[in-house]
Amino acid sequence: MRVALFVTCLADQLFPSLGVASVKLLRHLGVDIEFPEGQTCCGQPAYNAGYLAETKEIAEHHIGLFKDYDYVVLPSGSCGAMVKTHYPEMFRESAKIYGKSKDLANRTYELTSFITEVLDKKDIGANLKDKRVSYHDSCHALRYMNIKESPRILLRAAGAKIIEANNSEVCCGFGGLFSVKMPEISAAMARAKTEGVLETKADILTSVDGACLMNIAGSMRRENVNIEVKHVVELLWEGVQNGN
Amino acid sequence: MEISTHDFKNNAKKALKDKNLQIAMKRATKTFVAKREKAISSLDNFEELRSYCGAVKAHTIEHLDYYLEEFISNLENLGVNVHFAADGEEANKIVTQLALEKNVKTVVKAKSMVTEEILLNDALEAVGVEALETDLGEYILQLDGDFPSHIIGPAMHKTKEQITKLFHEKLGSKEDASIIELTAVARKVLRKGFLKADMGISGANFAVAETGSIVLVENEGNIRLTTSLPKIHLTVMGLEKIIPRLKDLPAFLTILPRSATGQKASSYVSLITGPKKETDPDGPEEQHVLIIDNGRSNILADPKLRDALRCIRCGACLNICPVYQNVGGHAYGWVYPGPIGSVLDPGLLGLDSTHQLPQACSLCGACGEVCPVKIPLPELLLEHRQRAVKQGLSAKAEKIGIGAFAFMATHPKLWNSATKIGRLGSQFLSREGHIKGSKIPVMKEWLKERDFKTPAQKSFREQWRNLKDEK
Repeated sequence: MRVALFVTCLADQLFPSLGVASVKLLRHLGVDIEFPEGQTCCGQPAYNAGYLAETKEIAEHHIGLFKDYDYVVLPSGSCGAMVKTHYPEMFRESAKIYGKSKDLANRTYELTSFITEVLDKKDIGANLKDKRVSYHDSCHALRYMNIKESPRILLRAAGAKIIEANNSEVCCGFGGLFSVKMPEISAAMARAKTEGVLETKADILTSVDGACLMNIAGSMRRENVNIEVKHVVELLWEGVQNGN
Repeated sequence: MEISTHDFKNNAKKALKDKNLQIAMKRATKTFVAKREKAISSLDNFEELRSYCGAVKAHTIEHLDYYLEEFISNLENLGVNVHFAADGEEANKIVTQLALEKNVKTVVKAKSMVTEEILLNDALEAVGVEALETDLGEYILQLDGDFPSHIIGPAMHKTKEQITKLFHEKLGSKEDASIIELTAVARKVLRKGFLKADMGISGANFAVAETGSIVLVENEGNIRLTTSLPKIHLTVMGLEKIIPRLKDLPAFLTILPRSATGQKASSYVSLITGPKKETDPDGPEEQHVLIIDNGRSNILADPKLRDALRCIRCGACLNICPVYQNVGGHAYGWVYPGPIGSVLDPGLLGLDSTHQLPQACSLCGACGEVCPVKIPLPELLLEHRQRAVKQGLSAKAEKIGIGAFAFMATHPKLWNSATKIGRLGSQFLSREGHIKGSKIPVMKEWLKERDFKTPAQKSFREQWRNLKDEK
């Protein structure tokens, strides 16, 4: 089984520790993970801004790069939704690429759902006992990839106590370029997200999407709110290192 | 109201600083969302009903010429006078001429977004006809010289404290009047209005082609009075309001109040089929229906946007939208705000003056999930963004930036060097591991109200070289 890591451009450039944790966690589970070095970005920023021609070029590059792997695993629901949902939509009218895009979409998995669905594991030997965790349902993971349970299953199996915020399914305000095109609205949404997290009195806020967490953590820091914000893959890897 | 769709960004900034608006919006949208969720979860076939209603509307829109003809011929058989208007100006001319011809001095109005769209009240006032809004929310706005910010809760942007003060100043109610007392004061004024009105003007929630019936849904009873008490009843409706058969109606009446106000049923449902007959004890002697295009046929002719005409104006997408929740309806600059407004307004007014609206969205997808007729709102918002790019409406810097980004993303070596320069450059701005201020475009915007964690010096791919050999 050949498994490739699509680390995502944000993790590669801005929070590489997430990439490292992804590799180590998957190796811990016996996956011989590869990293195709030609990878860049899935193209979502261009897509969401309405630049279809540019996005198609990026998508073709991405599709070509990952064509020989059985699975492509990534620590993000948003970039995953781009590949799984929007690539095939984009190429609906070009039969040849459509097939390839659909094929890649079928092989692409967000990391926690790869563990629960493909590896079929719940208990990964992580210890997060007594950690009070609030999980942010990132929009694209939730609505385009139907990821609600996988991260929660793994966290629970590790002994974490999940405290649901009443706005766990509400957007954090990131939205890619939206966050810099309409920064005041975006930041107001991030503050509303923080309010919900504060109500849970959780110690840690986690999610499958680093971009949302970057946005929320950036807002929290400006507002002097002190809650640990950590990607679920990093949290789980930390739990594995803590042992059972 | 002045249309200010082109100025969404500035409108929104002002809205975010308006304390009363912020209080009112948080209260109201929270309540609406919670009530809707409860009402929907009491149904075990909501998804089936959504699919059914979506399909009925889609079918009707695809064959609108046929159903409009059927509707109109049934109206005419019932003795209803049917009028058409290509745009708002023509519509207002028809209504004012009718009012003058019939010697109408005062009009009572039921809540109607299409009459807000064409500014009918201003047109009536200009020819000396007094128009009284009888929906409580609309009446509040009329008293204050304000305009709606929500499709079904027009005064949603006002707090009850603001309304108490307004009523005290304009109607002499007590300074600390309760909501019940305020309603009683309004009721007194409105009752007088109903009794003296020469004409009632309503909108339509649905128009049944098969029977020529106008269907109206409400809670206050003001629509029932508007459509039955005055001698003349005029319905003003957009041409997309048609449903084919009476037996389609129950499904819509199941999802509309649940999606809108979170009620299982609205307090009143009126089915108006023709004017008063000889055997009827009451009702209007004369009935008119004015069918308005005003840009709708442009949307109809556009296969990609056509789905937007399914809208039944429940407002669920507004309530759930985190952008709408934060900025309120006025920021959007026209009568239809929120996700559906950002889809419809460019269709009705053109993208030139409205292209900021589809950008007012983080593409979270919540609107598409709640829409009771399954309008693919996120996809349509993206469609508008793509058109804005094609029409050259996007910022020049953005176009160049995205072009460069796409070139780098397809040339990995260049990508690696460029991102490395960016990452190392950012270290100079870093204080305590974070960047707090910068004059660089994009960074500057991000940093307005948020910090930015300084990127790690070594990217993942640089670390991979060691990591690879670790196993």
